[in-house]
Amino acid sequence: MQRPFETDLNTIKEQVLTMAGLAEKSLDDVAKVVATGDSELARRVVDRDDRIDQCELEIDRLGTEFIVRHHPMAGDLRFVITAIKIAPRLERIGDNAVNIARYLLDIMDEPWTSPPPDVPRTLALARAMVADVIGAFVSRDADQAREIILRDDEVDRLYWGLFRSLLDQMRSDPDRVRQLMSQVLVARFAERIGDQATNIAEEIIYLVEGEAVRHSPPAPPEDSRNSKE
Amino acid sequence: MDPSVDRPAVETVDLGLSYGPRTALEGVTIKIDKRRITALIGPSGCGKTTLLRCINRMNDEIEGVRLTGRVIVDGNDVHHPSTRLEELRKRVGMVFQKSNPFPMSIRANVTFGPRMAGSLNRDRANEVVERSLRLAGLWEEVRDRLDRSALDLSGGQQQRLCIARALANGPDILLLDEPASALDPISTAKIEETLIQLRENLTVIIVTHNLQQAARIADKTAFFMEGRLVEYAPTTTLFTNPREKLAEEYITGRFG
Repeated sequence: MQRPFETDLNTIKEQVLTMAGLAEKSLDDVAKVVATGDSELARRVVDRDDRIDQCELEIDRLGTEFIVRHHPMAGDLRFVITAIKIAPRLERIGDNAVNIARYLLDIMDEPWTSPPPDVPRTLALARAMVADVIGAFVSRDADQAREIILRDDEVDRLYWGLFRSLLDQMRSDPDRVRQLMSQVLVARFAERIGDQATNIAEEIIYLVEGEAVRHSPPAPPEDSRNSKE
Repeated sequence: MDPSVDRPAVETVDLGLSYGPRTALEGVTIKIDKRRITALIGPSGCGKTTLLRCINRMNDEIEGVRLTGRVIVDGNDVHHPSTRLEELRKRVGMVFQKSNPFPMSIRANVTFGPRMAGSLNRDRANEVVERSLRLAGLWEEVRDRLDRSALDLSGGQQQRLCIARALANGPDILLLDEPASALDPISTAKIEETLIQLRENLTVIIVTHNLQQAARIADKTAFFMEGRLVEYAPTTTLFTNPREKLAEEYITGRFG
């Protein structure tokens, strides 16, 4: 039989995974909305946000209660701190999915035009970072977390490339400004999702190694460090 | 600069101790900082109390004890022939798990040590009583009843009286063996506040089974297991990110 300590710890973990699952579902849905202009799906993303918000509050409550009841130490303490810090990041990922859905809904009164391929590509890269960072949380894999942090550069590069290119198109085709601006914003929110995944990865390094890596230059993952030697 | 300033308050070098065939300590090397609180933690029988008792040579009196290695207090080997036991115990005070006030007045309890050590005139005695009781955080509670029996005090007050009694000798180091294990949370908090205040002027070494207590008050914490020092680190580090798996398992309650 599991001790209450282990049961409560698992409850927190399950709640984080539930929240991550909802955020990931919203990201999958907005990717489809970007491709198809499905307004019904976009509205479902907006509606799902309340559940994601509730998950954040629940993780806060469970984490606080766990600290009060069990006085966790060492790895258990770091786990609870990490869960409490990951939850607002997941909540922001959900918010960014909602933002994408809303901006796309806003232009759905016009005939749907698929955005340039780098828009869904930016979103797909950010989506993959979120999936992998949750995997790193479950497996407590600091090396995978480091690798995810490095991937954020590619998301940033794609976003800034899109920004410049879409800005040029706005100048040359002012009639499409509304549509192009929405595409810039979709890419911008995708870039922010990549940032949130990066922040979660930093928390996972703290969870595994007990070292805060926020605000410090990213270190390459263990494998690539070895291969350079 | 005076080299004694940076010298550890207590240092053990490859310290081993056995009671007959049973090994209580093995290869313990540790440096305990001056004017800091150091907590010794570990499961029952891990050697933490034995180590505490080595510092003021309390184990010497136990039959069949064999000690190897060195115990150094402020640069002096406690077993060196020139070390006088009375002088050592004056400098290294000790408070036990169970409060043990003498069946005499509060005042007489506090002055007991200095009186045994030599003459203590009335003015000096009053001064020692007030200073020691103030340091132990008990003065305000007992100043109007110094001549009443110490046995009338509550459990927590009796334990603080024992701290005052130890402080009356003017020690540099205070050893405490689970001093709050039998006390309620309010009395425990008062003892902890007292120890934090005392740290300004002396070195506190405390054995405790209460990990939260170690986390609350200790600057550094040493974890022992089966007579060996497993990990010794700043308390925050030990309780958030221990390096040793054994330490992690113990402080997260997965064994012991």
